Amino acid sequence: MKLRSIHYLPLAFVVTFAYFYRQDGLVATSVLYTAIQFALPLALAAMVGIMCERTGIVNIGIEGTMLISAFTAFFAGAILQNTGRGMIVGVLTGVIMGLLLAVMAITWKMDQIIAGVILNILAAGVTSFYYRQNYSIPSTLDPIDLPVVGAWPILGPVLSFHGPITYFGVLIVFTLWFALYKTSWGLRSRAVGEHPSSADTAGVSVTRLRYLNVTIAGAVGGLAGSYLALEAVGIFERGFTAGKGFTALAIMIFGRWNPLGAFAAALFFGLTQALTNQLMIAEVVEIPFQFVTMLPYILTILILAISAGKVRPPAAEGIPYEKEKS
Amino acid sequence: MDAKQGKNFDLSSVFLPFLSIIVALAFGGLLVLIQGIQPLQAYRVLFATAFGSFDGIALTLAKATPLILSGLAVAICFRAGLFNIGAQGQLISGALASAWAGYTFVGLPTLVHIPLALIYGAFFGAIVALVAGALKAYRGVHEVITTIMLNSIVIALADYLTSTPFKEPDQPLTRTPKIQESAQMPDFLGLPLGFFLAIGLSVTLWWMMRKTTTGFSIETIGRNKNAGWYAGISVKKTVIISMLIGGAVAGIAGAVETLSITGRFEPAFNAGLGFDGITVALLGRANPLGVIPAAILIGGMRASASTVQFEAGVAPELVDLLLAMILFFVTAPLLAKFFKSRKENVAMTSGWSN
Repeated sequence: MKLRSIHYLPLAFVVTFAYFYRQDGLVATSVLYTAIQFALPLALAAMVGIMCERTGIVNIGIEGTMLISAFTAFFAGAILQNTGRGMIVGVLTGVIMGLLLAVMAITWKMDQIIAGVILNILAAGVTSFYYRQNYSIPSTLDPIDLPVVGAWPILGPVLSFHGPITYFGVLIVFTLWFALYKTSWGLRSRAVGEHPSSADTAGVSVTRLRYLNVTIAGAVGGLAGSYLALEAVGIFERGFTAGKGFTALAIMIFGRWNPLGAFAAALFFGLTQALTNQLMIAEVVEIPFQFVTMLPYILTILILAISAGKVRPPAAEGIPYEKEKS
Repeated sequence: MDAKQGKNFDLSSVFLPFLSIIVALAFGGLLVLIQGIQPLQAYRVLFATAFGSFDGIALTLAKATPLILSGLAVAICFRAGLFNIGAQGQLISGALASAWAGYTFVGLPTLVHIPLALIYGAFFGAIVALVAGALKAYRGVHEVITTIMLNSIVIALADYLTSTPFKEPDQPLTRTPKIQESAQMPDFLGLPLGFFLAIGLSVTLWWMMRKTTTGFSIETIGRNKNAGWYAGISVKKTVIISMLIGGAVAGIAGAVETLSITGRFEPAFNAGLGFDGITVALLGRANPLGVIPAAILIGGMRASASTVQFEAGVAPELVDLLLAMILFFVTAPLLAKFFKSRKENVAMTSGWSN
């Protein structure tokens, strides 16, 4: 197999970790633990992008989907005083956002970038108008102590004791990979994303499949939003998602529209951020915090500048499908 | 192209946005009603404050000024098939640069100082846009992602600069010193001078789009990149020029805001002006003249938001909600036709690496 840039990531990962572990075992494992926490919403959001784009729909509204889902998940959780139900509301909100995108992009055949931006502005407007202070959820989702893995040396404290959405999210990544490449649904979806008219000729309903995938993707986006509000921090603020939905698109591209590739890219992102945070906290290097804030954004641009042109997006991406009339 | 432009001026181009706004206000009213607030009362206060008196109109036009400019910044790029979501970052860059020029240069006459500070704003706005334009032209990176990332980078950078090297000495706030008196933009006929500048730029860009080769190149690659390429238009160059114009205009928006309203740069200022530019551009149908009424409407809503809070008890974020509604209804049924990804029309969606 040809060695691609993405294959260096695990290597960099192991080397960095070994170095840090020699310095201080506890800090090293906690950096990795935080890296997973940073990576998870990005990975989930990237799955949203992959599901949509593999069937030919560009979804730039992931940011808005996550924002409004985090909002509804948090306030539903706070009002019902039940974090689990909050999560369900968050996922349902994601479904609605997915449907909204589907209507605009598939039925109305709007420009998909504009449709996505409308989702983002809509989410920003609704969440800032209805935002209220002094609400709190009873607790964040309870972390799970993994039975066997938790006892492993080194990896145990890294992999165990994450919240339920984290484990479910990782499951989604692998399920999506399996579904895309090993099931007929995946084959049809990819066919619709590459060459919709052929798929149509072969008897696949392009519209129905696109609707289905964009809606399921919306649910995943809702889960990503719920993760931020209910599992990662347990609060909601205006503009809470801070561009994660856009970074996720870069991660999707970096991972070549492959769920596992995107997952690796998300972990790389998470690790970079966790490491920088650690360096700043430990005062190893003196960087103003604003530059730490900038890091994921600069990385996103760099990664796109490097990988764009070398990767090939799904061919029918962004083009509304019109049945030939003859 | 001229025929098309002519057609844009028929009745429907005025009537349909108007109808969309009415529908959006009705729908927004329902959302307000959920909060237990009388929407009609809120709207009455909103529009009476914004357009009911000379002072109100003067304030509305002052608020509309940066919106006309940021709307233009988005609209010109729309014409080239580029979606410049980065007006916000370009605007902040311009605002900070003009503030720096405004307080650093001492002893200049007003007639030199104001243009100089405006040029600083335009230049630094354009530089931010250039990054996105060059990455689009030479690396094929989609401008939507780069401009959004640049927004966040510029905001963080501006925050750093105002908290350390450009900070006003001997006081705790994160802000630059006040600009010199010679850099303050005066009022003209009781209205802010910047408003006339914004109108002037709108007309100039409208003329440029219709009558110059640059405008023609921008329109052509916006309609069909390949056709532009076959016609011998350098797509790369035109992409960069469009982004430079957009960035410079957004930078001027920030500069005008600094020189006539805020008088210094503070990171919390200018929030949202660039994002409102997207709504303005879409509402004005990406037409350099169409952005003027769109900006006045939105400027009026922004200007009276605090009065609405005071008199009708509605949070000022009502305006954000209403703008989102307007954007949704204006784009969905109406611009759906204009922006539908057909070959003869502007298409923003073009994959991530073309």
